[in-house]
Amino acid sequence: MSTLRSPGRPSPLLRWRAAGLLPAAAFAVVAAVASPLVFVGVQAAQAGWDQAHRLFGRPLVATLLWNTATLALAVTFATAVLGFGAAYLVERTGLPGRRWWTVALALPLAVPEFVRGYSWVSLTGSVRGYWGAVLVMTCSLYPLVFLPVAATLRRADTAAEEVSRSLGRGPFATLWRVTLPLTRPALAGGALLVSLYLLGEYGAFAMLRFTTFATAIFSQYKLGFDAASAALLTLVLVALALLLVLLEATTGRRGRTVRRATAGRRATPARLGRWTLPALASLTALVATALGVPVYALGYWLVRGSSTTLPQASVLTAALTTLGYAAAAALVATAAAVPVALYAWRRDSRLARAAERAAYLPRALPGIAVALAVVYFAIRYAQPLYQQPPMLVAGYAVLYFPLALTAVRAALAQVPPGVEEVARSLGTRPVAVLARITLPLVLPGLGAAAAMVALTASTELTATLLLRPTGTETLATRFWTYTSGLAYGAAAPYAALMVVLSVPPVLLLTRRTLGADPRTETTR
Amino acid sequence: MSGLSIKGLRAAHGRNEILTGVDLTVEDGALACVLGPSGCGKSTLLRVIAGFHPAAEGEVTLGGRLLDDGRRRLPAEHRRIGYVPQDGALFPHLTVAGNIGFGLPRGRRRERVAELLALVGLDGLAKRHPHELSGGQQQRVALARALATEPELLLLDEPFAALDAALRTDLRAEVAATLRRAGATAILVTHDQEEALSFADTIAVLHAGRTAQQAAPQHLYREPADTAIARFLGEANLIPATVADGKAETVFGTLPLTTARNGKGDGVVLLRPRQLRLHATPAPGAVRARVQTCRFRGHDHRVELLPADSPNGLPATLIAYTDAPWPTGEVYVEARGAVHVVEGP
Repeated sequence: MSTLRSPGRPSPLLRWRAAGLLPAAAFAVVAAVASPLVFVGVQAAQAGWDQAHRLFGRPLVATLLWNTATLALAVTFATAVLGFGAAYLVERTGLPGRRWWTVALALPLAVPEFVRGYSWVSLTGSVRGYWGAVLVMTCSLYPLVFLPVAATLRRADTAAEEVSRSLGRGPFATLWRVTLPLTRPALAGGALLVSLYLLGEYGAFAMLRFTTFATAIFSQYKLGFDAASAALLTLVLVALALLLVLLEATTGRRGRTVRRATAGRRATPARLGRWTLPALASLTALVATALGVPVYALGYWLVRGSSTTLPQASVLTAALTTLGYAAAAALVATAAAVPVALYAWRRDSRLARAAERAAYLPRALPGIAVALAVVYFAIRYAQPLYQQPPMLVAGYAVLYFPLALTAVRAALAQVPPGVEEVARSLGTRPVAVLARITLPLVLPGLGAAAAMVALTASTELTATLLLRPTGTETLATRFWTYTSGLAYGAAAPYAALMVVLSVPPVLLLTRRTLGADPRTETTR
Repeated sequence: MSGLSIKGLRAAHGRNEILTGVDLTVEDGALACVLGPSGCGKSTLLRVIAGFHPAAEGEVTLGGRLLDDGRRRLPAEHRRIGYVPQDGALFPHLTVAGNIGFGLPRGRRRERVAELLALVGLDGLAKRHPHELSGGQQQRVALARALATEPELLLLDEPFAALDAALRTDLRAEVAATLRRAGATAILVTHDQEEALSFADTIAVLHAGRTAQQAAPQHLYREPADTAIARFLGEANLIPATVADGKAETVFGTLPLTTARNGKGDGVVLLRPRQLRLHATPAPGAVRARVQTCRFRGHDHRVELLPADSPNGLPATLIAYTDAPWPTGEVYVEARGAVHVVEGP
C-alpha cells in the first residue's frame, strides 16, 4: 500500500461542532442541587419584615446562636486534639498494632449520632445538655479530623521533619513547629466538616435535650406549624454554614503544598519507649468511649429487650423500605453526578471548575435545610408530589450528591488521559466512545459510589422525618418513634441494623482516604 | 494536491494565543517533525490537526479535504488521522488485540490485528492486557492501534519521551522503519533536536507559536534561517563576518559560503563545533586561544575555548568537538568548510 487511504470510503461532509450537550446537562444538575439555597431564601422572604423582626427580637435566636457557637468551639477543639493526637500516634510512632488501630479509630463514624445519643441516654441519666452534647458529638466526629490528618502524615515527605531534627530541634519542638503546620490544611478541612455536622445535627440534640438551630427549626415546623419562622431560622443556619466554608477557604488553604513522599519511603517511626503504655491506654480509652459504649448499649438492650420487642417482621419491612429508598436515591445521585464529573474531568476550564465547586455546595447545607427546601418546592410547584416517595428520594439525592460526585470523580481519575481522544481519532463517535471506553472503565467506580450513597442514606433521620410519605417507616424513623416513647429495648434492633449498614461505607472511606487523596469527603 | 497543508493557522486557549501563525506542508508518505522548546505550541498544533482543539483562523487541509478553517470543523472521528499520545493511552480494559482492533469493523479485526502485531513485532502478545506490557511494548501497541485503520496521516506526540535513553533510540529507529514500510504519512512532535534530525524527512521548527523554518534535516542543521534556530539545533559558534562575493571574511580568514548571496556587508556566520580544528602550533589563518575545559563524551571530546584576544567581537567562548583530548593551555584554532550566514546582508 502506497498510502494508507482506502479509496472506497467517502469523505463525510463538514459539520458544525456538535452542540454542547454535556455542559448543558452538567449545568442543569448543578442548578438542581444548588436550588435549595434559593428556595430557602424565597420562603423566608414570604415571612416579611414584621415576622422577621418579631422572631429575631425574641431571646430565642440569641440563645440558639450562643448554644451553637459554644458547642461548635468546644467540639471542634476536642476533635482537633483527639484527631491529630490519634493520627500522630498511628502514623508517626512505633505504636504496636498500628493497622488495627487505624480501623478501630475510624469505626465510630459507623454509629449515627442519634444512635450514640441513645446509647448514652438509655444507660445513664447524667449525660444531658451542653456537656452531654460535647461528649456525644466529639466521640462521633473526631474521625473526620483523624482520617485526613492521618492521610496527610502518611503521604507527606518526612524530609522536613528530619531536617528540623538535624537542626537541633527535639521531637516535641519538631512536632509543634513542623509536623503540626504540615497538617494544617487537613486539620482545617476536618474542623470544617465537624462544624458543618454540628450545625445540621438534629436527632442527637433532641435526645440530649440540647437546643440548637436544627432542633428549633424542627419544632417550629413540625410542632408549631410555622413554616415561615422555620425558613427564617434556616436562612440563618445556612448563612452560618456558608460563613464556615468561607473561613476554611481563607485560612486552611495557605501553605497547602505538601510534598509527596517519594516512592516507598516511609517515615522512620519515632520510638515511644516509656510512653508506649500511656499512648496505648489513651487510645484504648478513646475507642472504648466512642465505640465500646454504643456497642455495649446496643448489646444490652438487644438482650434485655428481646422479650418485650415487636415481631421481627417490622424490622425486616423497615429495612426493605429503607434500602429501597436509599437505592433509588443512590441511583439518582450517581447518575446526576456523571455529567458533572465528566464535564469537569474533560475540560479543565474555569467554567468547568466553577461548576464542579458549585456542585459541592449541598455539602454545606444542613439536612434540615435541604428537607425544608424540598417540602417548599413540592407544595408550591409540584403539589401532586407532596408527601409522595419521589420527594424523599429527591431529598436524599440532593443531600448525598457531593458524596456521589467525589466517588465518580475518583473513578474518572483512574481513566488514563487521552484514551477518549484516541478512540475518536480511530473513527468512533462521541456517544460510542462513552459506551465503549469511558463507561466500562468507570463502571466499578460508579457501583462503589452508588453503594456508598445507599448505605449512608439508609441511616438518615432528619430529612426522612420531614419528607417521608405518610405511613412510610424507615429504620431511622421506627427507631425514633420507639426512643421518643422511651422504648429503648424495642429501638435496639433498628439501631443495631443501622450501625451494621454503616460499617462498609466507613471502611471504604477509610481505605480511600488513606490510600488516595488527603482531602477527605463526607458521610453524613 | 495531496498531503497535509496548514496555512496561517492561529489557535488559542481561552484568551491565551498559543499558535500565532503556523505554516506546514507534509508530502504524502513523508515523515515530518515538529520541533520546538516546551511551551511553543507543538502539542496544541497536533491537537488542532487531530480535531481535539479548534482553530481560530487559517486553513488545515489533508489530501484536499478541508479539516478546519476556524469556522467549519470536521469532527475528529471523521478525519482519518491516527493519534499516538505521549504515554500511549492504551485502553486499560481491553487486551492488546482489543486495543488494536478498536477502530476496525468487526469482520476485519482478526486478520488485520494479526498483520499489525507482526508489523510491530509483538506476535503472541494479543491476549495480554496493557499493564502486563513494558513501556516500549505499550508504545508499539499504541502505534499498531493507530495504523490499524489505515489513517491518511499519523500524529505522534512525543511518543518516546517516557522511555529510557537506549530503548528510545532503538524504538525510534524501529518506528521510523515501520512507518516507511507502511507508507504512512506521519508527524512527530518533539523537543529533542537529535530525535528530530534522525527521524524526519522534513522538520518544522516552531517558535513562540509560529513556524520559524521548515526544511530537510541536513539543510536545517547546516543552513538555519536565524541564530535562534542555529542554537536550537545544536551547539553553534556564531562568528562576525564581512560578506561579499560569495565569501565571508572572518578572523579565521576567508571562508566560502554554503549558498551564494548577493548582498554585501557585515553579518554573522555559523560554524558548527565539528568545523573547528585545533593545532598545538601556529598555523595559517588559525586563531590563538586557551583550552578552558575538555570533556570526554564517549564518541568525542567537547572542548571549550577562550580566544586569546577577542578581535571583531568574537564570542567569549568557542566550542569544538575533537577526537583527541586537549590539555588545558594554548592552542591554535582553525576553521574548515563552508559557513552559513545566519544574520546579515
